[in-house]
This record gives sequence, C-alpha cells and structure tokens, in this order.
Amino acid sequence: MCVADTARDVSGNAHCKSKEAEIKRINKELANIRSKFKGDKALDGYSKKKYVCKLLFIFLLGHDIDFGHMEAVNLLSSNRYTEKQIGYLFISVLVNSNSELIRLINNAIKNDLASRNPTFMGLALHCIANVGSREMAEAFAGEIPKILVAGDTMDSVKQSAALCLLRLYRTSPDLVPMGDWTSRVVHLLNDQHLGVVTAATSLITTLAQKNPEEFKTSVSLAVSRLSRIVTSASTDLQDYTYYFVPAPWLSVKLLRLLQCYPPPDPAVRGRLTECLETILNKAQEPPKSKKVQHSNAKNAVLFEAISLIIHHDSEPNLLVRACNQLGQFLQHRETNLRYLALESMCTLASSEFSHEAVKTHIETVINALKTERDVSVRQRAVDLLYAMCDRSNAQQIVAEMLNYLETADYSIREEIVLKVAILAEKYAVDYTWYVDTILNLIRIAGDYVSEEVWYRVIQIVINRDDVQGYAAKTVFEALQAPACHENLVKVGGYILGEFGNLIAGDPRSSPLIQFNLLHSKFHLCSVPTRALLLSTYIKFVNLFPEIKTTIQDVLRSDSQLKNADVELQQRAVEYLRLSTIASTDILATVLEEMPPFPERESSILAKLKKKKGPSTVTDLEETKKERSADMNGGTEPAPVNASAVSTPSPSADLLGLGTGPPPNAAPAPASSGSLLVDVFSEPASAVTQLAPGSQENFASPDLASSELVSEEPSEAARGADELTHKFVCKNNGVLFENQLLQIGLKSEFRQNLGRMFIFYGNKTSTQFLTFTPTLICSDELQSNLNLQTKPVDPTVDGGAQVQQVVNIECISDFTEAPVLNIQFRYGGTFQNVSVKLPITLNKFFQPTEMASQDFFQRWKQLSNPQQEVQNIFKAKHPMDPEITKAKIIGFGSALLEEVDPNPANFVGAGIIHTRTAQIGCLLRLEPNLQAQMYRLTLRTSKETVSQRLCELLSEQF
Amino acid sequence: MQFMLLFSRQGKLRLQKWYVPLSDKEKKKITRELVQTVLARKPKMCSFLEWRDLKIVYKRYASLYFCCAIEDQDNELITLEIIHRYVELLDKYFGSVCELDIIFNFEKAYFILDEFLLGGEVQETSKKNVLKAIEQADLLQENQNEDWGGLSDDIL
Repeated sequence: MCVADTARDVSGNAHCKSKEAEIKRINKELANIRSKFKGDKALDGYSKKKYVCKLLFIFLLGHDIDFGHMEAVNLLSSNRYTEKQIGYLFISVLVNSNSELIRLINNAIKNDLASRNPTFMGLALHCIANVGSREMAEAFAGEIPKILVAGDTMDSVKQSAALCLLRLYRTSPDLVPMGDWTSRVVHLLNDQHLGVVTAATSLITTLAQKNPEEFKTSVSLAVSRLSRIVTSASTDLQDYTYYFVPAPWLSVKLLRLLQCYPPPDPAVRGRLTECLETILNKAQEPPKSKKVQHSNAKNAVLFEAISLIIHHDSEPNLLVRACNQLGQFLQHRETNLRYLALESMCTLASSEFSHEAVKTHIETVINALKTERDVSVRQRAVDLLYAMCDRSNAQQIVAEMLNYLETADYSIREEIVLKVAILAEKYAVDYTWYVDTILNLIRIAGDYVSEEVWYRVIQIVINRDDVQGYAAKTVFEALQAPACHENLVKVGGYILGEFGNLIAGDPRSSPLIQFNLLHSKFHLCSVPTRALLLSTYIKFVNLFPEIKTTIQDVLRSDSQLKNADVELQQRAVEYLRLSTIASTDILATVLEEMPPFPERESSILAKLKKKKGPSTVTDLEETKKERSADMNGGTEPAPVNASAVSTPSPSADLLGLGTGPPPNAAPAPASSGSLLVDVFSEPASAVTQLAPGSQENFASPDLASSELVSEEPSEAARGADELTHKFVCKNNGVLFENQLLQIGLKSEFRQNLGRMFIFYGNKTSTQFLTFTPTLICSDELQSNLNLQTKPVDPTVDGGAQVQQVVNIECISDFTEAPVLNIQFRYGGTFQNVSVKLPITLNKFFQPTEMASQDFFQRWKQLSNPQQEVQNIFKAKHPMDPEITKAKIIGFGSALLEEVDPNPANFVGAGIIHTRTAQIGCLLRLEPNLQAQMYRLTLRTSKETVSQRLCELLSEQF
Repeated sequence: MQFMLLFSRQGKLRLQKWYVPLSDKEKKKITRELVQTVLARKPKMCSFLEWRDLKIVYKRYASLYFCCAIEDQDNELITLEIIHRYVELLDKYFGSVCELDIIFNFEKAYFILDEFLLGGEVQETSKKNVLKAIEQADLLQENQNEDWGGLSDDIL
C-alpha cells in the first residue's frame, strides 16, 4: 500500500535517532519531491499521488509545506478513485481558504458533483465542508440545497450535503439563499434513515437560529421524533442504539433544536412535557450497563433536556425535578458529573421557580469548594455560589469565599476577589460588614485586588456617612500590622485623609499618631501611592492644624522637594506652598471633604462581566489598559478642588464622555436606606443621569417617541447590510422594529470619538423582563473600535422607552460593524434580536475645504496604485444631483464646488480621524445619465481606508 | 465542534481537524497551548475544562489523547462519546488500533473521521454505515491497484 510505505520511508522513525537527523532526512526528501515535480518528464498519476501523499505525511509530522498544491489539484480530476481521494485529502488539510487554486478546485468539485457517482459526490461534498471558503460558497451554495432535497439522492449523499450546506452557511450566510427547499429540509426530520435525520437536525438548528419563522414547523416534527426515540425499546433502533441508549446524538440534537424556540402550543407542549418527564424518569432507573459509555450517553440526553427545561423556564414542576436531579449529581463519584451539575445549576439559580431549590444545596457546594481536587471543578463551585447568593445567605457565602481565597489557585484569585467585592456590596445591609469584607480581601489577596475594588470601597464610604467613622477606625487598626499590603495603604491614606478627624478624639489615634503611622509606610510604597499619601498629608493640614508644622517639615525635606519623580516633586512643592500662604478659610474650602460620588453601575461588575465575557484571553490586555485609562475619573486620588493646584488627571477621559457629571455638580444623592442596592437594580437611572451632566457637546438626547414612530416602520424584514447602508449618510432613525420592540438611534461623532443613544421602546402593554442588550465585536474589531456602555434596566414597562448610551472611539480603521444583541423575556417567552449597529468608518470623517489647485496637487500625490480604489456601478436610485450632494455631505466629506472641470461630477475631501492616525481622503463621483451608471474613485493614504469608503459610498446611489 | 486534535503523551500531534477557518499560525499556537494544558492535567481530573471562550473535552486512550473544542452551548458528555465512537470505529477498522496505525495510515484515520463527523457535526452514528462506506472505498482502491500490479516499489 502506497501510503503506508510512504510513511515508513519518510519518517524512518526507527532510524532517525535525533531531531536533526529527521530534519535532514525530510529536507532531502522534500528536495527530491520538488525535483520530481519540476522535472521534464511528466509524472504519471500514480507517482503524482505517491509524492503528494509523502508531502501530506511530512506536513502532518509538523513541517511546513509550500508546494505540491498544483499536483494535488491535478489528482482531483483523475478518474482513479485513490488518486482523487488523496488529492481531496491534501486540499482539505493543506489549502487555506484564500488560495487562488480554489477556482481550479471548484471546477473539479463541480464535475464530481455532476457525476451522479455517489462516492465521487461524497468526496466533493466532504471537501467543500472541510474547506468551506467563501469562494466555494459562491460556487455551490445554490447547488447543494438541490442535491439535498432531490428525490433520487442517496441517503449518504444527503447527509453530506446537509452538513456541507451547514458549513457554507456558517462561513457565508448571505450566500445561502432561503427558498422552497427549506420546507423540504424540515421534513427530513421525518426521514426513515436516522443518519439523514441526524445530519439534517444540525442544519435545521443552525438555520432556525437565524430564521426562526421559516423553520417553526420543525418544532412539532422534532417533538414527535424525540417522542418516538425516548419511548422506543432499547433494541428498536438497531445500530443507532448506543450502549442501550436509543439514538443519543440525535436526541441531544433535537433537544438543542427545540431550544431555538419558546415553549410550543399546548397540544405539542403536552407531548414534549411527557418526553422530558420520561427522560427524567429514566435517570432514576437502575443502569442497564456498568459501562461509562452507557451512563455518559444517558446523561448527555438528560443534561440537554435540563437545558431545554431551563430555556423554557415555564414549568415549575420540571424545573424543581431538574434541580433535584442535579442535586444528586453534586455528590456523584464521577468528577465529570459533579462538574456538569455545578455548571447546570448555575443557570437554574437564575430562574425564579428554582432559585430556592438551588439554595438548598449550599452546604454541598461549599463542601465541593473545600474538597474537590480539580481546580476546574472548584471554579464551577465558586460560580454557583455566586449565582445562588441572595440577601439570605450572602454573609455565609462571602465568608466561605474569603476562606477559600486563602488557599485558592492563583489562576482564579482575581475573579474570586471581584465576586466577593460585588456580593459584599450588593447584599450589604450593614456597611460595617462591607468595609470589613473588603479590608479582609486586601489582607488575604492584596495583589489580586484591582483598582476597581478599592476605588469602589472609597466611593461607598464617602457616600455613606453612617459608615465613615467605622471605616476610619478599621483602616487605622489594619494599618497597625507591621507588613500590610500597599492597597491597604492606599485605602487607609484616602480614608484617613477624609475622615481621620472622626477618630482623632481617641488619644490612641491622635492626629500625630495617624500621621506617623501613615508616614512609616511611605518609603515602602510605589510612586502613585506616595502621591496619594502626599494628598492625605495636605488634607491633614486642614483637618489637624496642630500637626501642620510636622507635615510641612516632611514636605520640605529634600527627599520630597527634590524628588526625581516629577509628579511627587510637584505635589510636594505645591502642597507646601499652599499650606504656607493660604488662610485657614481658603484651606478649608480647597481641602474640603469630597462630595458624594454620583451613583453608577459598579465598575467592578463591569470588570467581572468583561472577565467572564467572550474572548476572555484577548481581553486581558485591554482590561489592563483600561485600568489606568478609564477608571472612575472622579476617584483619582487628588482630593483638591481648586484648579490652581490640581494636576491634570492623566485619567480624565476625552470629551468627558466616559464619566458622569463632575463630582462638584453631582446632585447629592439622598441618603435613602438602600442607596447602593439601587445602583444595581436600576442601572438605567445612572444612564439617564449622564445626559444633563456632560451634554454640552451634543444635542439634547430627548427623542420623543412620536418622532421614532414616524420613521418608516418595520425594517426587520430588510437585510442587515441594507440597514447599515441606510445609516451611512445619516445618524438618526429607526434601526429595528417588530411587533414587540422598536429600536431608535441618535448619534453624534466628532473626530475619532462618538456617542450613540439607543432607544428601546416597548410597543406592548406588558413588561419586558431580563432585558439585556449586549454589544458584540469580533476580536479584530475590538482592537480597532472601542465601545463602552452601561447595562440598562432589566425591566422595561409596557409602552415605556429606555435609553442606552454607547461611547465610541475609533482606534484604527475598520470594516466590520458591531452587532447589537438584545435578549428579553416577554410574557414567558424568550426573545432574541440581533442587528448590526451602523457604526461605519465614514462616521469619523471631518470635512476639509480646499481650492481646486490644492485638490489636484494632493490627488497627484496619492497616485500609488494601492491608494486608489475605483468602482463602476449601476444607479439604484434616481440620479438627482441635489440628493447626491446631500448624500456626499451626509457621508462626512466636504463637497467641493468648482474643482472638477466637468460640472456634472462631484468632488469631495475630508480626513478620517482614528486614535492612531489621520487619513486624508479625496473622492470623485462621475455620473453617466445615459447609461444610468456611476464611477466612484477614492484616493486615500491607506489602502484599506480607500477600499472601505468606496464600498460604503457605492451603496448609496 | 470547532476542532479535534489527537496527540501523543510526548506531545506529538497525530491528527488535526479544524472546522473553523484559522491561520496556520493560530493553529500552531492553539495546538501548542492545548497540548501543554491537557498533558499537565492529572488522571483523575474531570474531562472538561474552560479554555478561552471554548469548552475543551478530552480523553486519553492508551498513549493517545483525543481532544475536542466545542462551543458554549454544546453538550460535553455527548462530545466525550463522539470521541469514544471514533475510537471504536478506528478499532474496528484496524483491528485493535494503536498509535502506529494512525501514524502510518493517517489517510484512513481522516477518511473515517470525515464519514463520522462533517463540518464539526455528527453525520452518521451507525458504526455499520460508517465502516460500510470506508470498505466500499477500499474496494474501489483494491480493484484499481490490480492494474498497477508491479509498481508499488520505492524510489527513496
């Protein structure tokens, strides 16, 4: 056999003792193959196959292969099965989806698909499914549905066609046309051949997620199929029974498909409930086999059924049964089951029907935290404790988490710290408990306490006067420890600077003792902490006039006044001067106690969401950046109000977009009992507060709902791209509308920054619950576009409108658009809406006026072929010059009159602003009325920018 | 499923199948990272772990690790059984499969996988049907090899 021989030849494992020897041998072999391919003598099919096979083997050994593709493509058109097969294998493993060879490959595939030979068709379909490139989608997305539903297609070909289409739909959903075939695909759920049903169910599930209406008949078919499977005797399904479990893969897929839909109509629902009950009952039966495969397959179906029960979240009976079943698994001897039970219970904890039932397992979960030997299982236990926490058990859970933190794995410490901080704040009734908890956190895991956490404790202490004395006393005591964490010094310094006077009456914590205690830590601290302590000292000058000279002596010392660090030196000089020349009154005004912070969503929560959100790994870098750039500008430790001495905060964000109203202007929040809890339960109020504070740069965001309604209705049906196109030349309008929900937009951009107001209108008279809009950016987009927003109130009353502000920064030019995903519950059913958010590159345009001469000079400078992109296209709208002008201006560039010698043409100029670069752009649009065509030419200094702007603008005319 | 990797206890990659488009560089990076992570785990640990925003399901058979990356919504236990069924298929085809079978008959390992899983989804779970497809292909191969009787020599 050729392949096996090849393998032995090439690897010669037995002979190659060393890595070098292997490499040498392989290089020799590669050179040999290369010369064979390049030789004058044409190779016959057999040799070609042999060498292609050798290349493949060498690649699989981990070496790079950069030739042989052409020979592999030649093999595809061979009539010999083995040659064809190896050709396809090489292509599947080694050709990346951008290869220019794709056209040749497509030709071969086309022939094989047309061959009516099921084996060849299978090979071709497998290849498409393995490569799945856009070019292949373009060539075959129309053809494959036909193969799939044709009456005479063999079962095995149908199976491949279904999954092949699925792969193409994932790569290029826009190229797979919906049509008559969809209803016939749905009926494959009834097919006699279980393999066909298995393949088709995956396809239907993926299609149904994006087109629920089109595939909704699949629900009843899936339920009856499932019902037949779960009630069948274990031998009925023959080879589809796996270790006594009937068709477990298909069952899981069907249950997954049902999770694309809300609970079905009563008739079908009854049948489904029976199925789910049967599955739950079977879990209680004694196992039919001792093999782990039996229990795995059975439990796979069970867990998927539980997911569906949780998804429907409407049958209290089933939810409680699911919870009890998971409770049994929590103590199972199989680690895998314990892990999954913990994971699954996390989602159950958020259902109102089962929250209480989940809580009864608290002791078991705490025990898991203490005894599980696998860190990934302990991680799940932490997650579950966090999810099941409420006011009744917060003290216990926080205490257990703190306990665990002492020995926790380093990899999960930061996350536990964030969780403890959030729970302590969210469920604090007694704020002395909150302060104790946070100080404990710093003591146990100071290194993992991020700035968000200690900023937050300071905000809370400043906003709640009932806890200030206690906080001062507690930090003072904590600072007594000979070695305390620097974060404690920061918190201690800040709090004593504000509230040290509250404990100064006690001779054990007199002003001088407080000062000496802090100053004893000074030299061990980093520059930022020292800077904070200097601010504390100047605050002490005001609080405690009796130690003014001591402090002045410290400020005056060489180590301060001549400090090598500019920031420290400046603070020392300025504070010393301030303390010398200012009168007591002025000091008292300048160094007055900090005003309360505006209430807002806890930044810790935002951070945790970020940590747990998608693409966790790539986010890390960004999170770190943000810690310094975006953290609550208001808490920057420079507690001095007068602008004369304040150093400009490096963290002040541009345009003041990121923060709420400046502290001074903040309306002092009434000290209502549950102030902090409000921050969490009604984040929307924090969002609305934003507007009056910092809106000078923007028009009033009040968008009357009538205005929203007057826009063209129901755009849900339109293609997503078309929607984005609609907003390219304008900033306001209706983004989405269906019977339940309307989404309106109003946005403003200047330079590389922007702000978008999203208005969610509930068109019904029923509340929306757990209303959660999420912005989704690909990793690539995330690095080019920075979006920040706050969650909105999870409850939207009937007829009400909620607004959300998105702050936008363009870091570098980009092509994709972010996706806005909205999930909510309406009358017991789960709703899920996704729309592209029309943030396009041209939004960051600033128009540039210039004279004809300048224009042409620049035009010539940008004469590199990469800098110019041109598009000739048919007019989609009437060619009205006035509308065209308005669109070019709306696009963002300046419209330059009297530049083009032909007055019928349009010429524009502007600059795209990004954080990293400013890109000059020139454009020219030449209409041809006779032909009803346009020619659009873009010249910019950056190829990708020319490309993108040309795409965007071409769609407008 | 996003991808499946087979590697040895020594960390040598034996089979890779990617169901999402990734650059070669990314593939290498992912492979390196995962091989390291999985090999570092102890025998009694659970077969699932979170990795980036994916779930990893792995199982060891003799000297080989089978490792699948699935998405958040996917079912871990059924993935574990996907691995097992694949091992059963290899075993049945090769007759008590070992690592060397996969090294020296890598193309068969790929063909069997393509019949079982396509585009990252289960295509056919019946052992009989999958093996029937492979045997038919082998039959085609045999018939054609006869024409080339004397040529299975070696040039190296």
